[in-house]
Amino acid sequence: MEVSVTVNGTVRSADVEPRTLLVHYLRDVLGLTGTNIGCDTSSCGACTVLVDGRSAKSCTLLAAQVDGADVTTIEGLAGPDGLHPMQQAFHECHALQCGYCTPGMVMAAVSLLDEYDDIDADGVRVGLEGNLCRCTGYQNIVAAVLAAGE
Amino acid sequence: MTVTETPFTGGIVGKPRLRREDPALLTGEAKFIDDLQIPGALWLACVRSPYAHARITGIDTSAALAIAGVVAVYTGEDLADAWAAPLPCAWPVTDDMKNPAHYPIAQGKANYAGDIVAVVVAESRYAAADGIEGVVVDYEPLEAVVTIEDAETDRLVIHDDCGTNVSYVWELTPEPDAVTAAFAAAEHHITETFVHQRLIPTAMEPRGVAAVPAPHNGDMTLYSSTQIPHVLRVMAALTVGIPEQKLRVIAPSVGGGFGCKLNVYAEEILCIVLAQRHGVPVRWTEGRTEAAGSTVHGRAQRQTIELAADADGKLTAVRATLLADMGAYLQLVAPGVPLLGAFLYHGLYDVPVYSFTCKSVFTNLTPTDAYRGAGRPEATYAIERAMDALAVAVGVGQDEIRSRNFIPTEKFPYDSPAGLIFDSGNYQPTLDRAKELIDWDGRRAEQAERRAAGSTTHLGLGISSYVEMCGLAPSRTLAALNYGAGGWESATVRILPTCKVQVVTGATPHGQGHETCWSMIVADQLGIDPDDVEVLHSDTSISPLGMDTYGSRSLAVGGTAIWMATEQVIDKARAIAAHMLEANADDLEFAGGTFSVRGSPDKEVPLAGVAFGAFTAHDLPDGMEPNLQAQVTFDPSNFVFPFGTHIAVVEVDEATGAVELLDYAAVDDCGNQINPLIVEGQLHGGIVQGIAQALWEDAAYDADGQCRAANLADYLVPSAAECIDMKLDHTVTPSPSNPMGVKGIGEAGTIASTPAVMNAVVDALRPMGITDITMPASPMTVRRAIEAAQGGSA
Ligand code: FES
Ligand code: FES
Repeated sequence: MEVSVTVNGTVRSADVEPRTLLVHYLRDVLGLTGTNIGCDTSSCGACTVLVDGRSAKSCTLLAAQVDGADVTTIEGLAGPDGLHPMQQAFHECHALQCGYCTPGMVMAAVSLLDEYDDIDADGVRVGLEGNLCRCTGYQNIVAAVLAAGE
Repeated sequence: MTVTETPFTGGIVGKPRLRREDPALLTGEAKFIDDLQIPGALWLACVRSPYAHARITGIDTSAALAIAGVVAVYTGEDLADAWAAPLPCAWPVTDDMKNPAHYPIAQGKANYAGDIVAVVVAESRYAAADGIEGVVVDYEPLEAVVTIEDAETDRLVIHDDCGTNVSYVWELTPEPDAVTAAFAAAEHHITETFVHQRLIPTAMEPRGVAAVPAPHNGDMTLYSSTQIPHVLRVMAALTVGIPEQKLRVIAPSVGGGFGCKLNVYAEEILCIVLAQRHGVPVRWTEGRTEAAGSTVHGRAQRQTIELAADADGKLTAVRATLLADMGAYLQLVAPGVPLLGAFLYHGLYDVPVYSFTCKSVFTNLTPTDAYRGAGRPEATYAIERAMDALAVAVGVGQDEIRSRNFIPTEKFPYDSPAGLIFDSGNYQPTLDRAKELIDWDGRRAEQAERRAAGSTTHLGLGISSYVEMCGLAPSRTLAALNYGAGGWESATVRILPTCKVQVVTGATPHGQGHETCWSMIVADQLGIDPDDVEVLHSDTSISPLGMDTYGSRSLAVGGTAIWMATEQVIDKARAIAAHMLEANADDLEFAGGTFSVRGSPDKEVPLAGVAFGAFTAHDLPDGMEPNLQAQVTFDPSNFVFPFGTHIAVVEVDEATGAVELLDYAAVDDCGNQINPLIVEGQLHGGIVQGIAQALWEDAAYDADGQCRAANLADYLVPSAAECIDMKLDHTVTPSPSNPMGVKGIGEAGTIASTPAVMNAVVDALRPMGITDITMPASPMTVRRAIEAAQGGSA
C-alpha cells in the first residue's frame, strides 16, 4: 500500500506492506536509521519519534497509521546552526554513553518539555519512564533535560 | 580528597572534557549494526527450541520453503559438516573440566529454551520471520534441570557424554590446616548463604551480525555488535576453518555490552558459514525477547561464606564455597567468571588465611557468562553481607566492624591470603567521607526515632566497602588460571606530517568514551590539542592487534600502551629536534609542544617542525628511520585494585513490602583520573545496574525451564522514575603498577552497590528478626519475609 508521510519537513511516499511498522518504514524504507529498536514489547522507548509534535513509540505504530501525518525523527532535530538545545544539553551534561537510547530519549525529552514548560526533576523522571537507558543511571539525563528547559 | 602525584603536566588530563563521540550519537549519524545498509544481504532468522529440554524427532521445512522470500532452511544435520570446531570456550579452568560440544545448531536434542534447532535464510527480515513460523519441529519434551541444586545431584544428566552435570570443581586453599585451625579457635563463626539470581545483561542495543563475503578472493568481513572483534576473529577463524588473515572483523557503534557481547555466538558463526554458502551477505538482528535465549545471562550462583573472628570481630579466616550455574553449555569465558571473584571473598579486609571452592554445574537454562563485574560483584556481596552479620554478632556498628578489619595502609603492597598482591589502598578515608556525604549519624538518629515511635516505614542504612581486581590481566597470571589467551594490549601512536596524530588501539569501546580519553592522554603528553588526535579502533584491518574491552582493562592496560607509545614517539622526536637544533638531546626540554634547549630559550623547534622533518626525511640523524611512530604492546605486571565505600539509605514500607531508595553516597578511588566526567558517568550507570540486581531484576524460570521475564515488559530494567540522584566523591591513590597511576572504574559501581542496598534493606528489617532477604527485594519477597518473621500473622 502507498503511505505518504511528512518526515522532517519533506513529504515521503512509498509502497509498503500493510504490516510495516513505522520504525521499519523510517529505518529500512527511508534510510533514517537514527531511530533505534530496543525491544518488542513497547517498553524501551529507543524508537521514540514525534508524530504531529507529540512523542510516540514508532515500533507500536504501523506506517499506514501515520499516513498524512507529520513525523520528526532525530535526524530532523539539529538545524543548520548545529545541535538542538536538547541535544546540546545532553552533550554538555554527559547524558549519553553508548548512545543507543539517546535518539529516543532526546525525542521524548523534547516532547516532555513541550508539554510541561515548568517541570522539576521528579517530573522529568516520571515523564521519561517509558525510555530505558542501561548506561547512564539517568542522573545526567535528568540534569540535561532540566538544563534544556532553562 | 587526597591529591597525589601524576605524570601529566599538560593541563588536559584530570579535567572534565566533553565527549567527541556525542555529536554522531545525538543526531542519528552513528551507525549501529542494524543501521548498516548492505546491498543484496539475505536475512537470517533462527528457529529456537521452545522447550528447555527436548529430543528433536523431526523437522519439516517444506512449508517454510514455500513462503515467499524464503531462500533456504537449514537444520543441524544439514550443516553438520560446516564447522571446523564447536563454539569455543577459551577458559578450561581445570584439566578435567567437562565441556560438552556446542554447535551453532543443535542436533538430536535441544538443551535449553532458545537453543537453535533450524535457521531460515530469506530475502527480507519480514520474510525470514515468516519463514521460521513455517518450520515444523517435532519435539519429545524431556524433564528439565532448572535449579543448580537439582543439577548437582545428577538425578538427571543433561549431557550424556559428560556423564555428570558437574562441569568442574576449582579450589584455592593455600593453607588448609591453618583455615581449619582458625575456625576451631574462632570466637565468632559466621555462616551465611546467599543467592545471586540470574540476570539478563540487557545492553539496550540487541546483538546483530552481518557477514559480507568476497567469494572470488576468499575474504570475509564480519560485522558484529561485539566487545571483542579481535578475539572474535581468532575464534571465528578456528570455528569456521577459514584462514585468520582472510577474516576481517568490524565492530561498528556498539550500544552497550556489559559483558554480554564478550562472546563468540552461534549467529556470528552461522552468518559466516551461510554467507560462504550463498556467496552473498547474510545478516541477523536479535529481537529483545529472543535475546533471553540467544545472549548469555549473568550471576546465577549460590554462595556460602564463613567468617572466623576473634572476640573483637577481627577476622582470622574466610572460607567461601560456591555452586555456580553455567547454563546448558560453556560459553567463551563462563567457567572463569567465578575465578575472577575467587581471590576476593575476603574483600578489603586483612585476613591471614583463606579458602575458596567453586563447583559449576550445567542446567537446562540459557548459558551464563561475564556480566558487569563478573565474579567480583558476587564476592563483594558475600563478604559485605557477612560483615554486617559479624557486626551484629560482635555488637558493634557496621562502620566499626569494617574499620577494625581494613587492610592497614602501611601494609601496601599487600600480600593477600589468596595469593594476590594488592597494589595500593587507603580504605578508611572512603568510609569516613561516605558517612559524611550520607549524614550517617543523622540518619541513624532518625532511624532510632522512627523505631521508638513505632513507625511502620522502616529506615535502613547499608554500607558496602569494596576492593576489586581489574585491568585484565598479566598474561602469566592468566596462564596460571588456564585462560586461553594473554592479557596484553597494543597501541600505535603516529604523528602525521601536519602534526595531527593517529592513535590505533586494540581496546574496543562500546559506550565508554575511549576516543575522548585516549585523545586527552596523548594530547597532554604531546602538548597539542586533543581535537588533533584521531583514535582508530574496532576494525581488525585498522587495528590488527588487540585484546578488546572487558574487565575494566581499557585504561589500565590499553591506555598504558598508548601512553608508552607516545613516550617513545617523544623520545624519537627529541633526537630529531636535537639534530635540528644542533644540541644534545639530554639538554632539551619538551613542554607545550615545543622542544627547547635548556638555558637558551631562543633555540627551540615546535613538534610540528619535527613532525614535518621526520616526514620529509631530508635531514635526519644518520641511521634514523623516517616518520614519527611507535607501536607498543603492554603486558601488565599486576592487576589494579580500585576500592571505595558506598552507603545506601532505604525505606521499607512494612504494609506493602515496598523498598524505596532514599539516598546513595559513593566514594571511589580509581587512582589518577583521566576524565572525571567519564568516571562519574561510569559510576552512575554501574551503581544503578547493581541496585537493579538488589531491587528489581530477576530472570526467573519456572519448573519447566521457561524464562518468566524474557522481555522488557517483565524484566524490570529500572527507568528514571525508580532511580535517584547519587552523591559521589573520590579519593586518589595511584596504582604503582602502571606509569599513569590509573585503575579501572567500569565495574566498580556495580560491584559496590548491590550489597550496599541489600545491607540497608536488612538493616531496616533487622529489629523484626529478619537477617536476609533474597534478591531482588521485591515487595512480595519483602512482605513474605515480614509475614514469616511475624509468625505468619501479619
Ligand atoms: S523499540 Fe519501541 S519501545 Fe522498544
Ligand atoms: S546511553 Fe547506552 S543505553 Fe542510554
